[in-house]
Amino acid sequence: MRYEKPSTAQEATNLLATEPGIARVLSGGTDVLVQIKAGMIEPDLIVDIKNLDRIRDITPEQGGFRIGAAVSGATLGEHAGVTALWPGVVEAFELIGSTQVQGRATMAGNLCNGSPAADSVPAMVAANAIARIAGPDGARNCPVQDIPVSPGRTALAKGEFITSIFLPARPERAADAYLRFTPRTEMDIAVASAAVSLELDADGTCTSARIALGAIAPTVVLVDAASICIIGTKLDATSLEAMSEACSAACNPIDDKRGTVEFRTRIVGVLAKRAALIAYKRAGGRA
Amino acid sequence: MALDSEKKQVFKVVGTRPARPDGIDKVTGRAMYGADATAPGMLVGRILRSPHAHAIIRSIDTSAAEALKGVKAVVTSADFGAPEDESIRDVQDNCMARGKALYHGHAVAAVAANSAVVASQALKLIKVDYQILPHVTDVDEAMRPGAPVVQADRAFENVAAGFSENVTSQCEFGHGDLEAGFAKADKVIERSFTTAATHQGYIEPHACLASMTPDGKGDLWCCTQGQFHVRTVCAEIMGMDASQLRVTASEIGGGFGGKTTVFIEPVALALSRKSGRPVKIVMTRDEVFKATGPTVSSSMDVKIGMTKDGRITAAQARLRYQAGAFPSETVTYGAQSAFAAYDLKAVETIGWNVLTNRPKEAAYRAPGAPMAIYAVESVVDELCQELSLDPLDVRLKNAADKGTKSSYGPTFEAIGLRATLEAAKAHPHYTAPLGVNQGRGLSCGFWFNFGGNTCVSLNINTDGTVGITEGNPDIGGSRASISQMAAEELGIPYEKVRTIIADTNSLGYNDVTDGSRVTFSVGLATIEAARNAIKVMCGRVAKIWGIDEDAVIWEDGCAKPSGPNAGSFDPMSIEEIAAISANTGGPIAGHFEVNADGAGVSFGVHLADVEVDPETGATKVVRYTVFQDAGKAVHPDYVEGQMQGGAVQGIGWALNEEYIYGKNGLLQNPGFLDYRIPVASDLPDIETVILEIPNPGHPYGVRGVGETPIVPPLAALSNAVSRAIGRRMFELPMSPPKLLKAMSQKR
Ligand SMILES: Cc1cc2nc3c(=O)[nH]c(=O)nc-3n(C[C@H](O)[C@H](O)[C@H](O)COP(=O)(O)OP(=O)(O)OC[C@H]3O[C@@H](n4cnc5c(N)ncnc54)[C@H](O)[C@@H]3O)c2cc1C
Repeated sequence: MRYEKPSTAQEATNLLATEPGIARVLSGGTDVLVQIKAGMIEPDLIVDIKNLDRIRDITPEQGGFRIGAAVSGATLGEHAGVTALWPGVVEAFELIGSTQVQGRATMAGNLCNGSPAADSVPAMVAANAIARIAGPDGARNCPVQDIPVSPGRTALAKGEFITSIFLPARPERAADAYLRFTPRTEMDIAVASAAVSLELDADGTCTSARIALGAIAPTVVLVDAASICIIGTKLDATSLEAMSEACSAACNPIDDKRGTVEFRTRIVGVLAKRAALIAYKRAGGRA
Repeated sequence: MALDSEKKQVFKVVGTRPARPDGIDKVTGRAMYGADATAPGMLVGRILRSPHAHAIIRSIDTSAAEALKGVKAVVTSADFGAPEDESIRDVQDNCMARGKALYHGHAVAAVAANSAVVASQALKLIKVDYQILPHVTDVDEAMRPGAPVVQADRAFENVAAGFSENVTSQCEFGHGDLEAGFAKADKVIERSFTTAATHQGYIEPHACLASMTPDGKGDLWCCTQGQFHVRTVCAEIMGMDASQLRVTASEIGGGFGGKTTVFIEPVALALSRKSGRPVKIVMTRDEVFKATGPTVSSSMDVKIGMTKDGRITAAQARLRYQAGAFPSETVTYGAQSAFAAYDLKAVETIGWNVLTNRPKEAAYRAPGAPMAIYAVESVVDELCQELSLDPLDVRLKNAADKGTKSSYGPTFEAIGLRATLEAAKAHPHYTAPLGVNQGRGLSCGFWFNFGGNTCVSLNINTDGTVGITEGNPDIGGSRASISQMAAEELGIPYEKVRTIIADTNSLGYNDVTDGSRVTFSVGLATIEAARNAIKVMCGRVAKIWGIDEDAVIWEDGCAKPSGPNAGSFDPMSIEEIAAISANTGGPIAGHFEVNADGAGVSFGVHLADVEVDPETGATKVVRYTVFQDAGKAVHPDYVEGQMQGGAVQGIGWALNEEYIYGKNGLLQNPGFLDYRIPVASDLPDIETVILEIPNPGHPYGVRGVGETPIVPPLAALSNAVSRAIGRRMFELPMSPPKLLKAMSQKR
């Protein structure tokens, strides 16, 4: 197993593109190292991206923030600007692991690991986050929503990797929230999860909503049918109930040791409802 | 055995909370755990495990593994003999499958190599030809005639007809006329319950280092609750004399009963013998889950009759315990303890042990009691609800007491149950208001406690300080408690005493650290050893003073004349006596050996408040109080720690912990992510109330406290949840999907 720590994206791309065996990008390593230790993967090449220029920077850009691919949960959580603009994304990312894991884990790693239960992914999708990708053919942008294709697989081509994630600007009276269900209060994996991002007008009516669900289908699901139920409302009980049911209807979960189809389908609607109320309150609405 | 006529009432050191002697080492990473042992030329041992739940091993081809560079030895069951003793044979067969793999994760071969990488590669080169057999992992299915037979010809003759061969033993306890009793009841409730297998969940995986020399001597360093037991088992398996195998126990990172047997030690010894080099084996967490003991899972029926005013008229329990692939006695403890808290005229319990294709069950804190008592306390609680009776009053009304003929035979001596129930009743927790979606549950708990074989040496050092050598691995702070009892008896400060756990060559046989026996038994032996040392010291001083030995007494760490008639001498301190010991007859020491009786049974009562989320089925424990009789709390921090730790393990058992098997018979959750032990943020502060009803069998009144606290939480939680959701639960764990389903069925 070879370990490389390149200092330019070009170099990293070359290494990844030309490796004939199994190559893995190493960011925080909180998935990669665990998988190696458990014997689940035996990579021939590890490309550590933490030495790349600006890879650990959080930079304001067009009213939003560009978050380097190696920014850890601990760093993001301490960033007042991002926390104020996208509290739901930050809370989702901060739910990952323990204090120790937070010191290393990254959103890009959470996304590219490809787990349907990854916590920061629904929040990023609800936020309409855009990943910047470096690759053999140069850089490109791709909505986070389009990156997961199936459990453990992403839309990244050979040689490609994420260099940053962009969280866009948003108007006043907008906020997001994320909730997951786990049998334990921490150190657990989501049985179902929901992220809700809302924009309100001056009188508290919802003008825009993005609702993304995790762990209830092979990949994250953005549920437009649920958003429609609350747009134009002040999140009254009836619209929330309709939204909750639309979420449950969008589920395509599996039965496994972590939860039954029936259970996941029911609670994801509950989570969406509760997350919507938190986001609504954060955005300044009074339910 | 009342060892003491005059009970000590006023204590100076016992009852205080000195810093734990192993604390600094543990928090700085200096403590030597099982995996920390090293030896020159040491090899890495790894074990190949069955990927199947049940399969005949047709053949094992180890040639390619043996040919790999860096591999020094490969062993299979062919490298082991055939011990005569059946229980030893079972241990051996569990350490290395013979002819048949009996569960997913059963060891089938092992290698010793220069490095972990080579060892892992070698495992992949071992070719095992399996013939897969039908399997059974559920206890009720395993009992049915026609079920896949895990091991043939293991059933005792007294097992009733109509079961499969997997039912290996049957036990029965009780007295009185059941039929007449039930006829007297105003209300009879009969219910069935199930509990899942749960793991002891110690943080430290099993680890050992074995070194066998060509002349047949062996040394073994391992993480265990009982080095003497390890020696007995391993010496027999290896065909060695006990004198030739020295076993040293490492510092231990949790055991909870799960380290009272051996899993890897004989394998490491066999690899060392074959390779001629020291071999270390450290289990992975995956191996710990798959191949070491969880506790039994159970299926149970309980029937209880009660009068309108809350008197139990008759009680009956049927217990079916799944013990994994080998016979086990655990169901006996369940059957004995089920109704121990009650004074009953008519009672009967019947238990069956059942083989399944799961790892061999190992002891887990009060083995067998938590499940049985969960079922009993659930039915008692339902009767209280049905008859609109206060659950504490009903327990008080039926409580066993001094002189009660217990449901399992013996008549109780002084016990603390009634006092414990009264303490719970008087506590503000019992009457505190409950919020929305909340419920309160309570349960009694019981454990026998044990004394057993104990051997202690107490050496007076030449500077007057004291070294104690004892033989029981310290899993709960016992070194501090032992030092405290010695300091108390000798009248010296705690800081002057140091207690160590010795290897098997240093002391006579000590039973395993189990049965909540150590503070009781080793404490008792230490006190007696101190008294013997005092006797020696008084004798030496009597000679110096030229007076009768009887005329010298021991007080506050000094020898003194017994009174004016004995003569007028300045007291001689332990330091002074020790300093001149070379001139008065040589080193001074006290010893004591005993097979201790009189451990004194232990009772506890737990109160739990829970809140159940009606939309998700998630349970939050909002308040929890433990009441327990400790006889005398030697180091109250540790007593509270035992009470809290047991409660937490029981809460995990009640809410989320379970071994999950797929239809393929494979374990689905061999890791801490999906085997959900509660984390700190899942728990409220566990309040503790220690009662001290002296145990007549111990000089200071001590009772073991380590096991009882895991017994009540299962029913306390189930009763609280059942009351919170308005529907009775009959199954553990009460995980959120199950609770959500139960709540929706009601509507
Ligand atoms: C104790 C513990 C608890 C955890 N709890 C949670 C939890 O609660 N919720 C949760 O969602 N996850 C959890 N995880 C999983 C893990 O911490 C997260 O998925 C984390 O965000 C991964 O980030 P990382 O930087 O460590 O990824 P790495 O391990 O470095 O990488 C993960 C994967 O992504 C690839 N990768 C990494 N960076 C890039 C990139 N820039 N471009 C392309 N591919 C890349 C890697 O090759 C690898 O396949 C936990 C892990 C542990 C060990």
